[in-house]
Amino acid sequence: MSDILVYVLHYEGKLNKNSLGAVSEGARLAAELGGQCHAVVVGSDDLTDALCATVGDWGATKCFRAKGPEGLAQPVVDVMAKVIDDNGHAYALFGGGLLGFEIGAGLAARKHAGVTMEVTAVRAENGELIAERPILQDSQISESRYRGGLGVIIARLNAFEPKQTGGTAEVVDVDVEYSPWSTRATMIGRGEQRGEDINIEDADVLIAGGRGLGAAEGFKLAEDLAAAMGGAVAATRAVVDAGWYPYSTQIGQTGKTVAPKLYLAAGISGAIQHKVGMQGSENIVAINKDANAPIFEFCDLGIVGDLNKILPKLTEAVKAKKAG
Amino acid sequence: MKICVLVKQVPDAAVAKRIDPSTSRLDRSGETNLNPFDTHAIEAAMQLKEGGAIAVEEVVAVTMGPENAVRALHKAVSLGADRSVHLCDDGLVGSDVAATGYALAKVLEREKPDLVLLGQQSDDGECYTIGAVVADHLQMPSLTQVIKIDVEDGNLRCERQAEYGYDTVSVQIPAVISVGDAINEPRYPSLKAIMGAKKKPLDALGSADAGIDAAMVGADGSRVSCGDFKSPPAKGSGTIIEDEDTNETVEKIVAWLDERKLI
Ligand SMILES: Cc1cc2nc3c(=O)[nH]c(=O)nc-3n(C[C@H](O)[C@H](O)[C@H](O)COP(=O)(O)OP(=O)(O)OC[C@H]3O[C@@H](n4cnc5c(N)ncnc54)[C@H](O)[C@@H]3O)c2cc1C
Ligand SMILES: Nc1ncnc2c1ncn2[C@@H]1O[C@H](COP(=O)(O)O)[C@@H](O)[C@H]1O
Repeated sequence: MSDILVYVLHYEGKLNKNSLGAVSEGARLAAELGGQCHAVVVGSDDLTDALCATVGDWGATKCFRAKGPEGLAQPVVDVMAKVIDDNGHAYALFGGGLLGFEIGAGLAARKHAGVTMEVTAVRAENGELIAERPILQDSQISESRYRGGLGVIIARLNAFEPKQTGGTAEVVDVDVEYSPWSTRATMIGRGEQRGEDINIEDADVLIAGGRGLGAAEGFKLAEDLAAAMGGAVAATRAVVDAGWYPYSTQIGQTGKTVAPKLYLAAGISGAIQHKVGMQGSENIVAINKDANAPIFEFCDLGIVGDLNKILPKLTEAVKAKKAG
Repeated sequence: MKICVLVKQVPDAAVAKRIDPSTSRLDRSGETNLNPFDTHAIEAAMQLKEGGAIAVEEVVAVTMGPENAVRALHKAVSLGADRSVHLCDDGLVGSDVAATGYALAKVLEREKPDLVLLGQQSDDGECYTIGAVVADHLQMPSLTQVIKIDVEDGNLRCERQAEYGYDTVSVQIPAVISVGDAINEPRYPSLKAIMGAKKKPLDALGSADAGIDAAMVGADGSRVSCGDFKSPPAKGSGTIIEDEDTNETVEKIVAWLDERKLI
């Protein structure tokens, strides 16, 4: 058997773009293995026949649908384990995202399978899949090979592009008896947006601030520069979790993906989960006082120094330049 | 309640991490330290214990790792754990995530904790996944990346950021929770606690003691093998400026931006 099962996340009646990217990649790989790509969805009434069938547009031939709680990993592990037991899929594939990590790992435990996370590329060779994972701050790439039964592949965010093919998928309902422990976590509130709703996706210039700004008040420095440049202000998860800046401005794995003309990162270390949301930016400038910060590995212009000294003067200089 | 905290000994943040070409594994010969992400898990355990919303009788630090991993346990104890457990066995060398999670779950089964806490990621492996593996073996509900835990009617009310915003999830105990680094500011150990750490009970276990099936662990028991390391495609490295004279630095930045028509 060489079929691939892809988990498709959805929220408020909309399928997740990264999941659809994984479906497209799954369809490409399954074709090479001589199998098919199937999607699996778990949720309530918003998973209509029509919505489920659309996964076919990205290359899946079937969509397994189970009724169950949304936004939690363990019920999905139960569903996927059953679908795989009944249909003998060779691989389970996940787009980037928090739930994908949790479900993939739980599934690997349940099925005694190998699992690779943060995968950026997959290829088929001799009827098997080989997954590439960057390790050690992206300084090396390691190749994973699977043996025995199932192989679990969890992609890095934005690793795979969704490609529409115009097909439609057969929708197959699955009855699952959930494990007792899968129902012992319950969602009380999902998708809460903390702080103001700010549009940063349309900005050509983003001034992004991280923990290096020191405090919520530190964002004034970023706002002043953004105003002078005619751009918007973005943030890292560290500062959003700390309540310094609104969630709507967060870039990265559990935030937004952006690709402005200029991304100026001030006081940001450049962790992978942040990088995946901004590495497509045309020009990346970084200001950080730690010369070893990972962001210096992928910026176009890096300034090793104290942002408290540099940002105010930079703002003045930009204003002067524009006035002149 | 009894809390077990999973901790790991990792290469110190100051050591440049590299793959040892002779073993295809991480070179662990340099300075090592307690995984910084795990100090948040220990702190979360201590805050539950000190918070009083639920009675915590014991906090136990658990690790799987080579001989020198006892240092992570000593550090964990100096940060407040009452005792520790060290799983160490040659047969565990080369275990992948699934095998490591299975082995840790076997140790935890002996301890019968009401709550297992762990860090969001190991600084070396960066897999983010051990918690979910452990939870499935222990048949406990679980959540990762949690940044707030409140005890409410004996359940844990947890908050975390997921793909569409912040989620609030009620989790019944016994449970496995991995905590995000925003959950707290870990304390520093007192000198007295550091001095006393080696005197606290430490259980050393081999695989057989923990009832671990040798066929499920180690390189042979792992279902994924990593290797064939290669370097990522070289990216034209950027210009780096050391800020010595800020006026000059700013001039250079403006010129750079201007050249690219970004101002
Ligand atoms: C599952 C998961 C999902 C995640 N999702 C996201 C996400 O969507 N987005 C995201 O951003 N992160 C995400 N993260 C977190 C990510 O791993 C990092 O922890 C986070 O990006 C770090 O934010 P930071 O750079 O602001 O803070 P830090 O890593 O603490 O970096 C602060 C930097 O500021 C520098 N600095 C300090 N003071 C100064 C000064 N005066 N002048 C100049 N520089 C200074 C320091 O040298 C340091 O490099 C996620 C993590 C996980 C595990
Ligand atoms: N060998 C180990 N022993 C004990 N705990 C571990 C071990 N490996 C990972 N962990 C725990 O699992 C968390 C996540 O690690 P990882 O999934 O490797 O990123 C860490 O922060 C630790 O709390």
